[in-house]
Amino acid sequence: VERWVMMLQGGNLAQVQHVVLILSGKGGVGKSTLTTELALALRHSGKKVGILDVDLCGPSIPRMLSVGKPEVHQCDLGWVPVYTDAQKSLALMSIGFLLEDPDEAVVWRGPKKTALIGQFVSDVAWGELDVLLVDTPPGTSDEHLAVLENLKKQHKVDGAILITTPQAVSTGDVRREITFCKKTGLRILGIVENMSGFVCPHCSECSNIFSKGGGEELAKLTGSVYLGSVPLDPLLTTSIEEGKDFIQTFPDSATFSAINSIAQTLLTSIQNP
Amino acid sequence: MADIPSDAPQHCPGTASEQAGKTSACQGCPNQNLCSSGATKAPDPAIEEIAEKMLTVKHKILVLSGKGGVGKSTFSAHLAHALASDATKEVALLDVDICGPSIPRIMGLEGEQVAGLSLCLSPRYVEDNLAVMSIGFLLSSPDDAVIWRGPKKNGMIKQFLRDVDWGELDYLIVDTPPGTSDEHLSIVQYLSSARIDGAVIITTPQEVSLQDVRKEIRFCQKVQLPIIGVVENMSGFVCPKCKNTSQIFPPTTGGAERMCEEMNLTLLGRVPLDPRIGKSCDEGKSFLTEVPDSPAAAAYHSIVQSIQAYCLSHVPREESAG
Repeated sequence: VERWVMMLQGGNLAQVQHVVLILSGKGGVGKSTLTTELALALRHSGKKVGILDVDLCGPSIPRMLSVGKPEVHQCDLGWVPVYTDAQKSLALMSIGFLLEDPDEAVVWRGPKKTALIGQFVSDVAWGELDVLLVDTPPGTSDEHLAVLENLKKQHKVDGAILITTPQAVSTGDVRREITFCKKTGLRILGIVENMSGFVCPHCSECSNIFSKGGGEELAKLTGSVYLGSVPLDPLLTTSIEEGKDFIQTFPDSATFSAINSIAQTLLTSIQNP
Repeated sequence: MADIPSDAPQHCPGTASEQAGKTSACQGCPNQNLCSSGATKAPDPAIEEIAEKMLTVKHKILVLSGKGGVGKSTFSAHLAHALASDATKEVALLDVDICGPSIPRIMGLEGEQVAGLSLCLSPRYVEDNLAVMSIGFLLSSPDDAVIWRGPKKNGMIKQFLRDVDWGELDYLIVDTPPGTSDEHLSIVQYLSSARIDGAVIITTPQEVSLQDVRKEIRFCQKVQLPIIGVVENMSGFVCPKCKNTSQIFPPTTGGAERMCEEMNLTLLGRVPLDPRIGKSCDEGKSFLTEVPDSPAAAAYHSIVQSIQAYCLSHVPREESAG
């Protein structure tokens, strides 16, 4: 009974300890990949984690976690999230689950997207979670405003992590996302530089395919915390493709170390604001 | 009637929307009765105005993807450079990525902003025969964020098409943001009375990308936008030291090739990963001029030739007879 009362009073986020948005101004920098990997790393360190995927046009997370196309049920408190394991340590909600045909395009204008995102934020019965990560599409538009407005109504947003790749074409967009955060009063927990160099598996030569150093420069320029960098790793991209748990499969890799370090810094930051 | 009237509430769906006058946001709006009566859903006069404007544009090509970060802007820019390398052709590049306008930087036009917020819609010129338009030019600082909802973005796109003085063009290339939303619907709607030659779809090899790209292809089919073909970008990386190839974005489900077979589309070509491409883009230079002998440049040229051939062979009867 107490849990019900709490829910009714505080809404579906009442037992979620922390909510973190994963943002970028730029597409294709690895928001969904890093949301998935950070979630797996946090779970690996014993936390109960949820992922809310509000990329309505391109929902990537279901594939990355190998959950396929499960049926989504409603309970009295709202939608029941999909759990990736029997222990219910990782929960997921994505519009990918609501589409009849996975190749069907969601061709919606802003207001309809806004309405669905409002529902996603308040009507998913997350239960108890240590951290809810919210994966977003690129940009500074309807989805971002909708998710932020709805989270704020429930007084529930710790801040945002911004993902960039090293090159200027990327940091140029992420600067605008930083402005979005500042204008909307969203705390910037830090910047992550993804695709930070590629080490050839044959000869170990490092190539800076997407340039170098941009993430750290951006952090300095904007007075943000630099959380770290993650290299380009075909083992990671293959894991993500196949919906495998990279953290379990390659616990000794430099990439895992990098992701884990970012996850731990994030945890410290949100637990000690 | 303006798409979003000045007295509309915050979540106004737009007067031309099917939901006009019917959403919860419409309650209490002075225009609610008018909108729900259907009077505002008369075809937007801008569509005909734009069609008129577009009579002097021979070929219109959209560059699309469902997926972000696959290289749409990079490709659009280099397509524009390649087409404009023929000095007898007039080419323009329109960037309708309102939130993340990359084209000014990639085309070497950063810092071309007019002081203060400008309504001036004159395109900027990279070469005498290569014009560019982007919202990036209207922003006074690289930190400015365009935090607009759909209806306002649509208004900007309408202005870009109707109010920019494009002049006579052989090619208008339109670079789009990722997704299947306001920008894409608007471009297709506003150009609905002007003939679009077709769309070039950009993808990278992995399924995470293809699954979004299939949606984009479905979108094109739904709105009857012809698809010129698909470009597979970031297709393998050759290590400059040992020359071995790594599939950094692995084609675990057969890449663009299999997708094209399954969906009966043309694979225009594959462009390998080359660090010099990103570097050129960052520096605002054309990779085709900077590194002309690379495999990536050769791939680009072959793809551009295929696109040109498509455009020239798909001129409708009325035009070719005249």
